[in-house]
Amino acid sequence: MPGEIEQFLYLEARLLDTQRYEAWLDLYTEDAIYWVPLEHDQREPFETSSIIHDDRTLLDLRVRQARHPRAHARQPLARTVHQIGNISLEDEKKNELTIKSTLVLVEFRNERQRVWGALVEHRLRRLPQGLRIARKRVDLVNSESELDGVAILF
Amino acid sequence: MVARDEQLAMLVQPDRVHRSVYADPVIFELEMERIFGRAWLILGHESQVAAAGDYFTTRMGREPVIVVRHEDGSVRVLVNRCAHRGATVCAEGRGRAERFVCPYHGWSYDRGGRLGAVPFESGYQRGKLSELGLKQVPRVALYRGFIFASLSSSGPGLEEFLGPARASFDDLVDRAPGGELEVTGGVFKHAYNGNWKFMLENHLDGAHPAWVHASSVAVARGAPEPGAPGKEHHFDIAVRQMRQNGAPDAVWDAIGVWTTPRGHGYLGDYHSDDRLVAGMGSPVFDEYRKKLVERCGQKEADRILRVTLWNTIIYPNCSFMSQFRQLRIIHPLAVDRSVVYTYSFRMKQAPPGMFRDTVAFANVVNGTASWVLTDDLEVYERLQRGLSSGAVDWVYIGRGHGGDVDEADGTRRGNTGTSEVFIRSQMRAWLDYMGADA
Repeated sequence: MPGEIEQFLYLEARLLDTQRYEAWLDLYTEDAIYWVPLEHDQREPFETSSIIHDDRTLLDLRVRQARHPRAHARQPLARTVHQIGNISLEDEKKNELTIKSTLVLVEFRNERQRVWGALVEHRLRRLPQGLRIARKRVDLVNSESELDGVAILF
Repeated sequence: MVARDEQLAMLVQPDRVHRSVYADPVIFELEMERIFGRAWLILGHESQVAAAGDYFTTRMGREPVIVVRHEDGSVRVLVNRCAHRGATVCAEGRGRAERFVCPYHGWSYDRGGRLGAVPFESGYQRGKLSELGLKQVPRVALYRGFIFASLSSSGPGLEEFLGPARASFDDLVDRAPGGELEVTGGVFKHAYNGNWKFMLENHLDGAHPAWVHASSVAVARGAPEPGAPGKEHHFDIAVRQMRQNGAPDAVWDAIGVWTTPRGHGYLGDYHSDDRLVAGMGSPVFDEYRKKLVERCGQKEADRILRVTLWNTIIYPNCSFMSQFRQLRIIHPLAVDRSVVYTYSFRMKQAPPGMFRDTVAFANVVNGTASWVLTDDLEVYERLQRGLSSGAVDWVYIGRGHGGDVDEADGTRRGNTGTSEVFIRSQMRAWLDYMGADA
């Protein structure tokens, strides 16, 4: 049986792949940051653009946009499979765990399929209600390439 | 179809355009030759090649080129193709180079494209090598630090080409205290399965945001009030901009849209000084305003900040927002495939918060995964699918037709801010370029 951390990451993936975005959002802490850098080894998100750099407020807007009937790039939503691997515990401090993993994601929409690969880092916080995500960083292998519009969550 | 001149002329009529202009690969090939092969194309900004040897690669139409700073201080544009067997001599990207060395047989070229060392030199006919080099793009010129080049050795000079649209570059540069700008902060490169003209026809279209961007307008209206004292947030600028896209029809009709004979165009008073999205209640903007006054005096600062240009199109390959310091360059790849590079500019002497605003704005509005741009890209792809159908011939571009006003400085203004005058103007320019002897 997978351990607690693996189960948690699988749950996050499953919520995204079944388009239960509101439940997915509940996995994030109020001060969470969700970050998909634009550049390889990007050090900060304020002086360099990011593919996504959202706090909880913007992440909430992102999910709400996905549900809007005239969100042209998101209606219908893409179907996805998040395949998570190489999970390792990198650091454990007080109530926070740093987990590294790899992500292979298959996306399908409008008769087109795309494959994404990424190195992922989660910072998980132990709260009374269980594990929650305080920070997620997704480094896409092709973040600097020419990309068609991105309307999915990694 | 055979794209003969008289047939081309039939494709563009006063209030309609034939769908083949967007969907026919033969016409696309002719566009690459006659539009992208003739017009001045913007390639970048001098800050990208600040020191001798600094270079970056880009495309002119579909030609791969290297933009490099020569040791004599000039900016050179070289076709990135070895004179020997044709490999690109420079990997894509940017850097600093003493010389460009072909990876195939080691032929090396200096920053002016002159052939230097050639391995196994004795094997070539005497005198032959001295005729070879990297091809120099025939015309290169700068306007206020922006680098332009033309693949054609003849045609109007750069300032004549830009015409009244120079004011938008002036606005971008003048807003920077001391006039100092630099390209930095990453480059978004977004692609779409659609014709290159869709982007140019979208950026001055005041009738589209309420529909295309309905979802981002709606969620931004539901966002926490931006900029409440003590609760300023670095995304405020973007939330404000998303909301602004939902301005009432009357506001869009009132802003004004101008075009020039070469197909350039710009939107007017969308953000007056009081309503400027960047400025509203922002302490950073106040600090910036002080810096501007310090550098150029109150009177000049007032004049600069009263300029209210919004999106500007430089036909055929550029769109920019002077107030938010974002510039987009479009590269056509095929009749139904385009890629757009989006650059951010930092005002070097402005408070750091101004550039943070630019980055936040870029992420939320112009980013590849943003709330706003993604819906534009979806519509471009739907345009291509619709126009690929031969069932219907014509695209209607008649909003405001008959009401266009010719103004004294050579610009033509739409009767309302949502007039399609800019598409009619782009099509007029298209036809001018596409003529055999333009």
